[in-house]
Amino acid sequence: MLINHPLLGPRDSSEFIYLGDATLIDRPDPETASAQDWHDYAYLRDNPAGPHRELWFHEAGDRSWLVVTRNTVTHEITSVELARDVARSQGRSK
Amino acid sequence: MTQVNRLTGGQIDRESTLSFRFDGKNFSGHPGDTLASALLANGVRLMGRSFKYHRPRGLMSAGSEEPNALVELRSGARREPNTRTTTAELFDGLTARSQNRWPSLAFDVMAINDRLSRFLTAGFYYKTFMWPAAFWECVYEPIIRRAAGLGSLSMQADPDIYDKGFQHCDLLVIGAGPAGLTATLTAAHAGKQVILADEDFRMGGRLNSGRFTIDDMTGADWVTKVVAELATLPNVRLMPRTTVIGAFDHGIYGALERVSDHIAEPAPGKPRQILWRITAAKTILCAGATERPIAFENNDRPGIMLASALRSYANRWAVTPAKKVSIFTNNDDGHRTAQDLHRLGIKIAAVIDTRPDAPGSTDYEVLAGAEVANTTGRLGLTFVEVRQSDGSMRTLECGALGVSGGWNPNVHLTCHQRGRPLWNETLSAFLPGEDLPPGMHVAGAADGQFSTHGALKSGQQAARRALGLRGRPPAVPEAEDAPVTQTPFWYVAGCERAWLDQQNDVTVKDVKLSHQEGFRSVEHLKRYSTLGMATDQGKTSNLGGLAIMAELAGKPIPEVGTTIYRPPYTPVPIGALAGRSRGKNFKPVRLTPSHHWAKERGAVFVEVGNWLRAQWFPINGETHWRQSVDREVRQTRASVGVCDCTTLGKIDVQGTEAADFLNKVYCNGFAKLAVGKTRYGLMLREDGIAMDDGTAARLAEDHFVVTTTTANAAKVYQHLEFVHQCLFPDLDVQLISTTEAWAQYAVAGPNSRRLLKKIVDPAFDISNDAFPFMACGNITICNGLRARLFRISFSGELAYEIAVPSRYGDALMRRLMVEGEEFDVVPYGTEALGVMRIEKGHAAGNELNGTTTALNLGMGRMVSKKKDSIGSKLSERPGLNEAEALMAVGVQPKNAEDKITAGGHLVSADGPLDAAHDQGYVTSAAHSPTLGKMIGLAFLRNGGSRHGEVMRLASPVTDLTVEVEITSAHFVDPEGERLRA
Repeated sequence: MLINHPLLGPRDSSEFIYLGDATLIDRPDPETASAQDWHDYAYLRDNPAGPHRELWFHEAGDRSWLVVTRNTVTHEITSVELARDVARSQGRSK
Repeated sequence: MTQVNRLTGGQIDRESTLSFRFDGKNFSGHPGDTLASALLANGVRLMGRSFKYHRPRGLMSAGSEEPNALVELRSGARREPNTRTTTAELFDGLTARSQNRWPSLAFDVMAINDRLSRFLTAGFYYKTFMWPAAFWECVYEPIIRRAAGLGSLSMQADPDIYDKGFQHCDLLVIGAGPAGLTATLTAAHAGKQVILADEDFRMGGRLNSGRFTIDDMTGADWVTKVVAELATLPNVRLMPRTTVIGAFDHGIYGALERVSDHIAEPAPGKPRQILWRITAAKTILCAGATERPIAFENNDRPGIMLASALRSYANRWAVTPAKKVSIFTNNDDGHRTAQDLHRLGIKIAAVIDTRPDAPGSTDYEVLAGAEVANTTGRLGLTFVEVRQSDGSMRTLECGALGVSGGWNPNVHLTCHQRGRPLWNETLSAFLPGEDLPPGMHVAGAADGQFSTHGALKSGQQAARRALGLRGRPPAVPEAEDAPVTQTPFWYVAGCERAWLDQQNDVTVKDVKLSHQEGFRSVEHLKRYSTLGMATDQGKTSNLGGLAIMAELAGKPIPEVGTTIYRPPYTPVPIGALAGRSRGKNFKPVRLTPSHHWAKERGAVFVEVGNWLRAQWFPINGETHWRQSVDREVRQTRASVGVCDCTTLGKIDVQGTEAADFLNKVYCNGFAKLAVGKTRYGLMLREDGIAMDDGTAARLAEDHFVVTTTTANAAKVYQHLEFVHQCLFPDLDVQLISTTEAWAQYAVAGPNSRRLLKKIVDPAFDISNDAFPFMACGNITICNGLRARLFRISFSGELAYEIAVPSRYGDALMRRLMVEGEEFDVVPYGTEALGVMRIEKGHAAGNELNGTTTALNLGMGRMVSKKKDSIGSKLSERPGLNEAEALMAVGVQPKNAEDKITAGGHLVSADGPLDAAHDQGYVTSAAHSPTLGKMIGLAFLRNGGSRHGEVMRLASPVTDLTVEVEITSAHFVDPEGERLRA
């Protein structure tokens, strides 16, 4: 597979490490989250046959975490974003 | 022996002669021959025995689809089993052996299986070898493996190099037949970067095998001209002997280039084969078509082959299996073969055409509306029995029979991305479907364009379409353009022992039986009967099998469908897949800065993570590792020892919010750590389980150095980047791994300060007051070399870790040894390191094993409740905090002579000894030279309040049951006085 890195262009997938579902970015707010929220965050994942937003780490490259939208059936990659940008757009800061 | 079956013409070099051996006999051939064509030239028809019934077998094809003529090629360590004679290029001195026969090819004892065929039908193994289950491994399987089989391995290491390579191109053209050549020409003239890959050593595809003309020259001459032109173009890479084996994601293709298979051994330093990964923006598949056979009784005798193979052997290699041949066909192409053979002076006994309206011939007899009913000839074809249109039988004498059932487009690669082929009624064949791999186009016979003109033109069109070329295309060369229709004729009615899959010995009868026994899906048929599961993957057999299935089920073929085509297109040697990743290169190890010095000292090494570390340093007279390790521990605790700890992960953390960041990733607090101080830190996973531990040293307000365990260095770094980029992206902090940048040594023992004082520059005061326990700082040593000093201790002694830039690591170790002579300094390895940390009760990988929490580790109170950190919330879950939770303890044998083994379980001294009463387990154990007995670290239910209790340690694996006393995990200096000395 080729991953079109937003900063570096198309890179071979062997340069990356796969982590999984990009919902890991949505860490519950420790001030307000319930035990159930934490449980869901730590353990529950969707397993779609189709588009899937997932985290890849460019370990053999620039060490960016990326959010890759990949179709799990065809492996087609429709978007690649810096996880940092995604996190900020979801309101994450410090 | 002379080449009795050699004809005139052909694309071989008669100027030179090559000698080779097959089954111990000497033969000769010419450059341009394959092993198959050279054997045929020498009158050899019998080349192998079949897998199950040990039936005599010869060539079926002239290409990579060959199911029968497999040999063990070469000898010694280079012996290569199951090599297709049809693709093995002849070289001088080649040796080959037939397979699956004993004692000889002509007389094979196991041919008795053929007589027993009534019992050896589809599903035979499943029905027969059912019980007892234990018999599978020790009785049935060895017998079956010996009786039914392919070639055998040399059992020696492959002496050759296999490489891997990467290429990129605008257009990849797969197959160099007429379509592939015009596609390549079109793209090349448009200035595109083109790769043309072909599995054959001579490009041209079927143009080399026919007598078609292109413009005013022969097809073969046209190929020579075009290939010569392409070879001069800098934007074209020609890759003969290269099979594209699979279409993978995102336009990536795997290709196997047989660089040196055509010579006796590779030139020095050259690889035998290269496995390429080709990234192509566009691809044109021009893989051609494979002729399909017709099944009839006893259709597997040596001499019976595909009609196109007869034609290839005659035209390209100037050989024939026999002087007199017959053709059995259901289409016009079979007649072409007859015409070509006739022109070359081969006697045509008859053309047997299933069609009542078959075209006639003035050159030979054509039996219209006839079919082959049976054949005879024990080790090779002698007679063909024909059922004529009026029902009468007729016997033809001939040594070869060419069979043509039409052509199947080679759609394999169009299906590697889950595409399904589409049934075409006009051609009675599957054509590429709609759902091609992205960027792929198909041209030529692979797309059902069976005429030469059609192939030439479709190649050009496909290239123009793929590359978006405009303007008027140049004229396509003149060539035959006969219309092609194919009507289905899969098997002769009434036949039973009529082979579909010759390699796995699957007959028409087996397919019928599978159907009768309820295996109705093609995927079930395949697995039950093994149809198409041999090394040829059913290239000549699958369609016949599923056509019969369809007929039995009363369904049209497209409704029955095909099995899924998967890579590789043809077999790939494991060596090529491994490439250079063999032996010590399979998993390369990294060497520490003191490695060469340690090797000079005779150290014994061990792999830790990716590293090779000194395990212990034996000295004169020591015959057992325990002697060395005990000495290293005693000497360190008595005076001073040095250990290379470079392999611990080091992560540089900088930024104005570096302390806030560490507060997030460590469960304990870091915000208030003073500059010049170091703190032990425990990282949790978000689920509350301990992930890794280490130290963080604050070298400046905005600068920390974090250490990780050796094994987790990469993982922890990845985790920290995740926490920063994905969870707290606005924290002002930067991370980088500096593991390789610094050589780091632990200097431990009561004399460690005295030793260091000899090398630390006088400007830096390292006295206990100025540089107390857990202090850290930038210093210089040996007159100005920059270094970092940390007063931390894993051994429990007064100890430091000193780091210098890696290139000074070797020199520093040597210097420490020289300066330490007066203190009797000792280098110690990972074993002594392990013993001392167990004596001190420090957790390591055995304790941070992915199941333990801070509470289990005895560090429950470290998890700060005043702040949020990764894992802090979920570590509070009731299930992880119950009163009976496992807690770290020490274990000592009641009897000092007894052993402690890691992995052993703890049960009460008088209760039952079974899993239901298990109360904990030992994670680490060592002989403690300090205590003079074995000790261990363990997790025990409610262990914190059970010190002093006597329990039993049971390890059924090592057959051990001993009485142990539960103690504190800190065996040595529990108050930590030595650390602070």
